Amino acid sequence: MNTLSLALVFVATVAVLSWPLGRWLHWTLQPASEDSPAERLLRLVLGSGCARPGGWRNYVIALLVFNAGMAAISWLVLTWQHHLPLNPDGMGPVKPSLVFHTVVSFVTNTNLQHYSGEATFSHLSQLTLMWLQFTSAASGIAAFAALARGLSGNRNFGNFHRDTARILILFLIPLAVVWALAFSLAGVPMTLEGSASATTLEGAVQTIARGPVAAFLAIKQLGTNGGGFFGPNSTHPFENPGALANFMSLVAIPLIPMACVWTFGRILGRPSHARVVSAVMFAFLALKIVATVVPESSPASALKELPVIQSANLEGKELRLGATTGPLWAVLTTSTSNGSVGAMHGSLNPLSLLGPFAGLWLNSTFGGAGVGMINFFLFMILAVFVAGLMVGRTPEYLGRKVEAREMTLAAAAFLVHPFLILGGTALFCATSMGEATIANPGARGFSEILYEFSSAASNNGSGLEGLSDNTDAWNIATAIVMLLGRYLPIILPLAIAGSLAAKQPVALSSGTLRTDTPTFGLMVFAVILFLGALTFFPAALLGPVLEHLSL
Amino acid sequence: MTSLRLLLASILLCGFAYTAGILGFARKLVPERASGSLVLDARGKPIGSRLLAQSFSSARYFHPRPSACDFNARAAAGSNLSPAHPKLAERAADLIARHAASPARPIPADLVTASGSGLDPDITTEAALYQAERVARARGLDPGLVRKAVEDVHRPLMGRFGGPRLVNVLELNLALDRISR
Repeated sequence: MNTLSLALVFVATVAVLSWPLGRWLHWTLQPASEDSPAERLLRLVLGSGCARPGGWRNYVIALLVFNAGMAAISWLVLTWQHHLPLNPDGMGPVKPSLVFHTVVSFVTNTNLQHYSGEATFSHLSQLTLMWLQFTSAASGIAAFAALARGLSGNRNFGNFHRDTARILILFLIPLAVVWALAFSLAGVPMTLEGSASATTLEGAVQTIARGPVAAFLAIKQLGTNGGGFFGPNSTHPFENPGALANFMSLVAIPLIPMACVWTFGRILGRPSHARVVSAVMFAFLALKIVATVVPESSPASALKELPVIQSANLEGKELRLGATTGPLWAVLTTSTSNGSVGAMHGSLNPLSLLGPFAGLWLNSTFGGAGVGMINFFLFMILAVFVAGLMVGRTPEYLGRKVEAREMTLAAAAFLVHPFLILGGTALFCATSMGEATIANPGARGFSEILYEFSSAASNNGSGLEGLSDNTDAWNIATAIVMLLGRYLPIILPLAIAGSLAAKQPVALSSGTLRTDTPTFGLMVFAVILFLGALTFFPAALLGPVLEHLSL
Repeated sequence: MTSLRLLLASILLCGFAYTAGILGFARKLVPERASGSLVLDARGKPIGSRLLAQSFSSARYFHPRPSACDFNARAAAGSNLSPAHPKLAERAADLIARHAASPARPIPADLVTASGSGLDPDITTEAALYQAERVARARGLDPGLVRKAVEDVHRPLMGRFGGPRLVNVLELNLALDRISR
């Protein structure tokens, strides 16, 4: 169990790093002075519109308009890439449904990819997708900042443009520069040249696709994006050349989601609340790691009877990354809505899939950059409601009463996720749209469809990649799921926060479930576990569990 | 209007300035890595990349892990076969025959499993030593010499922090060619 303890030590290391980063993010979002030179420069560049405060509605509208602008610009570039510069390998036009899917996928911070980057997109298209990885991550963090301000009782939710600009300039770009420099030192290519043609020792020709990978990779990992430059994502040696790059990636994946929790506590002025939230998230993360790393240490069942030295399951894994970082990566990437992969999930042992599935389904421990904390907030509202029912009094959260309006919104927001996943899976399993595209027989085929919808709805982006998913049906269906799965869980919680912020605070009483106590933590833990389990348990049985039992 | 300004500003910063900065840094400090860690022959022509596996099928060379994309570095891919898929056993049976493995001489697992990228450049030291005798015979070399070549090339996974030892197949085969043509 040496590998398991290594994994847990690693997570603890990232947790320590996330603490100062949370301070940094708080400084980014809540500047001490409104009239510093930096603020004046910002007003000069963006206009006075970035200084206007507003309520949650203004904030949401600005976010949607900005995201629509991102989509429009990138749609133009991707559609016309064959007429635009920076196309040394002469990439041709891309079919419209794939462009639509890709644009939606990157704007919603999902980065589900139904294409292989090195065979589809020009360098300019790839750099456009990199830009989206910055701006979509910044949008998510901005929405989170607005939520936290609202929950702190402030009716001014802030200004989306100013938040986004500050997040990009003061937070994401500096972090990305550090990671990109380290990645290029570690051997990740960074060039605008086209592919190189090599004549191998045996005389064959190998065409080697290259590009500005290091810059792309840094924000891919930090911004919980996960969109790969190359088809096989971070298993590709150019995206992950060895132990150092692998370590840098594994640190980057959960870093910002973890930091967001500390920032949440700081904006609220309740650090002890953030500690309880963090503890619950770490408990889930540890459970998922154990549940994935352990079953993955058995060999693939197809090899068991053959004269093969039995070891961990090596199918779909890279030796230079170590056989066990694959499953650890699988958990981190699904827990944080990242979606990059360090081993092919399609070849994981059946029971090792349960941890990644749980990450996609819960999507809040830790969840995506900013949005993970928003999803967790929903579970906290549900938890105080259930606790309120148990003791028979009106629930409160952070000193404000949670009443019918808030609960209706919270229930609606909670139901979006299972509705999209289970509804989509049912539709595609019952028709040739899904059935004709699966790669593996039996329960695994069901898992492929279930995973694709889970990944789209949670804005994750990983996949059981055997699936032939570049069809019009898949492209359009998952694009719709990504849009709903992104914006409803941002809009509805902000509406709840708006409604809470408008209320008079109530005094603490002996009947209040205090949010900084272990009782609260246990309550939230149980609500996440039971709601998650009750909702998705049957699907888990039909997929990974059935597959395991039929081995 | 503010959105438009923010869009343009973010394109300038994240698209142009950031990319140009990283490009400049990489070209200046690590030009060889920045363009893909290419291995050049005596005339300066690329033989391959140190980071990417290439196909080897002759008995004179060490073989890499099987590749689901046939070592295509313009369309890399894993097999995505589930662990119980019959094709996994079929492929393994082929490779077991090719390497003449038997229950008395079982084959290391990395030689019968495809990597996620199809371009994993390494094999384990065990997998290299497993092939040493065949390579020595094909080249008419002393097996001890070939085994020594493996041990000259293999490196621990995490460098000075240790870990299991791996062999870069291209590097090993280049070293072999220097010993005997």
